[in-house]
Amino acid sequence: MSDDAVSPKEVRHVAELARVGLDDDEVDQFTRQFADILEYFETLDEVPEVDREADLTNVMRPDEVHGSLEREAALENASETEDGYFKGPNVS
Amino acid sequence: MSDKIFITEETIDGAESGPLADTTVAVKDNISTEGVRTTCGSRMLEEYVPPYDATVVSRLKEAGATIVGKANMDEFGMGTTTETSHFGPTDNPAAPGHVPGGSSGGSAAAVAAGEADVALGSDTGGSVRCPAAFCGVVGIKPTYGLVSRYGLVAYANSLEQIGPFGRSVEDAARLLDVIAGSDDRDATTRSEGDDSSYADAATGDVDGLQIGVPTELLEGADEGVVETFWDAIADLEAQGAEYHEVSLPSVEHAVEAYYVIAMSEASSNLARFDGVRYGHDADAEGNWNETFAQTREDGFGDEVKRRILLGTYALSAGYHDKYYKKAQDARAWVKQDFDEALDEADVLASPTMPIPPFELGESLDDPLQMYLADANTVPVNLADLPAISVPAGETDGLPVGLQLVGPAFGEERLIRTASALE
Repeated sequence: MSDDAVSPKEVRHVAELARVGLDDDEVDQFTRQFADILEYFETLDEVPEVDREADLTNVMRPDEVHGSLEREAALENASETEDGYFKGPNVS
Repeated sequence: MSDKIFITEETIDGAESGPLADTTVAVKDNISTEGVRTTCGSRMLEEYVPPYDATVVSRLKEAGATIVGKANMDEFGMGTTTETSHFGPTDNPAAPGHVPGGSSGGSAAAVAAGEADVALGSDTGGSVRCPAAFCGVVGIKPTYGLVSRYGLVAYANSLEQIGPFGRSVEDAARLLDVIAGSDDRDATTRSEGDDSSYADAATGDVDGLQIGVPTELLEGADEGVVETFWDAIADLEAQGAEYHEVSLPSVEHAVEAYYVIAMSEASSNLARFDGVRYGHDADAEGNWNETFAQTREDGFGDEVKRRILLGTYALSAGYHDKYYKKAQDARAWVKQDFDEALDEADVLASPTMPIPPFELGESLDDPLQMYLADANTVPVNLADLPAISVPAGETDGLPVGLQLVGPAFGEERLIRTASALE
């Protein structure tokens, strides 16, 4: 499986999916480190299939109206707001 | 402060009276404090001031505690040394020139240095127990669901718990009494801690206690650490406990399973940091994808980027079954192994960390080596179980911690056993 090691192109693709900008040095560094780390993760292949007998219960609560943050407090940390709303960058 | 125990030194007063009146507490900087900035050790949240308190902070205030500052940590809890903090590394008060462990390194250092009586950290894969061991203090990782995570900035929800530090087992247990218990705001909390009296369990009575020692957790450990560990077991034997060796074959895969799950959860949790509602905003040109990518490039450090990218990779089409699904199998296997071992033993014991504290700067360039240092702590988070790290002695003048693992909601038993080593 070692021919499966990541390429710089794949690192750039994953970074794009995750919306994380990377400079060229970071791409090189991560390509090298990911090869080691992913090779180590490969050992999960040796794990047998396990019956997962999780004992789970749903936790429900009454659907009642509660107080929440005031709008002003919720907007306090935003870099830009307009008319009481968060303002984000242009979509395209 | 030159040794960078705190990111923000600010006093938050609690109620006039209560079980923690006259007690000072350091709070890890990923636990929300209303009106006091909460950075997660990241440039991303350098100026973020939460508009509300975490449940554990509300409970500290009600108990009369005085919060003395927000403690340094690895960025978003991602590290084993506190060196990935955007605000610089913390020195180890118990072993100057060495790391305090991580990710809750500032919390452990505050207690070790006497800057606070007790402290709160969070433990996703050992982040309370590792720094407790490295700084020579006591740290508890509670059973999953014992303590509310409301207001804890999420890294890997299915694994993490907030936990206490103290200079004694009883001090840490007293803090656990205050923070444990169900919370409407965290649906994963359980009622087992509602009327707890953990501090009363610190009796040191280990007569007749059966200790299981998982052989896999001693393999490859530093010789001095192993020697110190066996001395501590002998101490417990002298007080009436018995030990036997047990085997947990699944833990050979715990580190990779832990990192796949933690990174996958992190890649989703940290998607919220886009600079729009809070946090760093690069104010870059371009559409929202370009703007977000620039904000996240500036705001996150290397280790955080590494984990977000690897988590995104592990969850992406074509790789999900190979990594994430297999990691969940490994997690179920680890749980089974621990349950079986705890059928035959009251507690399981191992060194908390297989190595003494690293020197500052020693491990930064090799992430995989750093991950492997978590071999003894991560299985406990995968199994949702409680564990405590208690000082066991020293090797070459460096602190060594002993880890005790118990059955779910078996905190009292761990506290009783650990207090026998004081």
